[in-house]
Amino acid sequence: MPLPPDVIGLLAGLRQGSAVDEIRAARPVARTEAQRSFQALFEPADPAGVSLVERLAVATFVAGLHADPASTLFYGARLAALAEGLSDLIAVQIGRGQTQGPYGGYPDGPLAAERQDGPRFRIGEPDAAGLGPRLAAALAHAHLLVFHPRDAGPEDLRKLTDAGFDANAIVTLSQLVAFLSFQVRTIQGFRVLAA
Amino acid sequence: MTSSLLPDGGGQSPVRFTRDDLPWLPWLEPVAEADLTDVQKTALVDKARVRSDYFRLLARAPAILEARTKTARDIFHNDAGGLPRAERELAATATSRVNGCIYCASVHARFAAHYSRRPGDIDRLLAQGPDADLGERWNALVAAAKAITATPSRFGAAEVTRLRKAGLDEGAIADLIQSAAFFNWANRLMLSLGGPVTSHPAPVSIPSDAPAIASGRPL
Repeated sequence: MPLPPDVIGLLAGLRQGSAVDEIRAARPVARTEAQRSFQALFEPADPAGVSLVERLAVATFVAGLHADPASTLFYGARLAALAEGLSDLIAVQIGRGQTQGPYGGYPDGPLAAERQDGPRFRIGEPDAAGLGPRLAAALAHAHLLVFHPRDAGPEDLRKLTDAGFDANAIVTLSQLVAFLSFQVRTIQGFRVLAA
Repeated sequence: MTSSLLPDGGGQSPVRFTRDDLPWLPWLEPVAEADLTDVQKTALVDKARVRSDYFRLLARAPAILEARTKTARDIFHNDAGGLPRAERELAATATSRVNGCIYCASVHARFAAHYSRRPGDIDRLLAQGPDADLGERWNALVAAAKAITATPSRFGAAEVTRLRKAGLDEGAIADLIQSAAFFNWANRLMLSLGGPVTSHPAPVSIPSDAPAIASGRPL
């Protein structure tokens, strides 16, 4: 019996019964649970701590930073359906946030030679006012995790608590950015394999 | 609200990649073992994880933790065809090396060394990074994991061709894609919610013949 359609298969363009679709059937739990991960984050029973609009805004931003048009359109359309004006603001931040990762620092020692500088994303006025302090902080944290996760430190979590995210919300937000880093790569990889 | 941020534990960050068993300290308060709800306990999937600060911290968002863990298990443990477990662990190690997740790299380097019986090559990967020469099949696997780990991804037809030439079939390549992609998920959590510490900043000598497998802390 074929597995129900899922976001990874949809965005990778895998037709039911195609070669990569058949290969995915050998890892049915991974497919089902990756879809349940998507549902846990974007169709939550209770979006406590991080609103659905915030989740979709961060997701659209993260997909855009990964330069995957299909994923960016998918999350962007869901965002626009709930908050049309916001999706334009997110598009601006995607444009501002483009770079290449992973970069970041290392402690003094043998790895110091592998330090790689790169931008730390900041949102100034007037953009921050349009997004609001919570979303501005969430996008800055998302950019850190997407492009230079090894630079993350406890002070970055303090910025999120200062913006009003509690501990449960920080875990949800971190999972959301980290999950998308998996989902978009899986989509892109399967698309290449199917080509 | 800020009370859930934990004070600096005072440990020394490791300065190199290693197969040693490193402690990982959270920066945000995990759920206390006694306070775990039934939903949170179920979300841990593996009962032994009630002793892990990392998993009790992730239990703050139980639905995504449970789905994450089950996704990872199938990608790494399902032995129906595809890439051998050793090489799925190699992909996890290479991805962690590229992102700079010293903790994740330590755990999965132990697994990779154990399942492959090639601890010397794993240590070369840890010490030299993804350009280490590990023989063409592993070089192709590591190069593909590195391309997948770039943001935006640089994985393309050239990587697939090289993997096929190295002897991987389509199922093995799909496993490599999912293994490397999954560690882009895992690394970001481990790197941003806490960090590894070591009380041994002195050079670490890595035994090449007796891999120590961490108990209860895979994935």
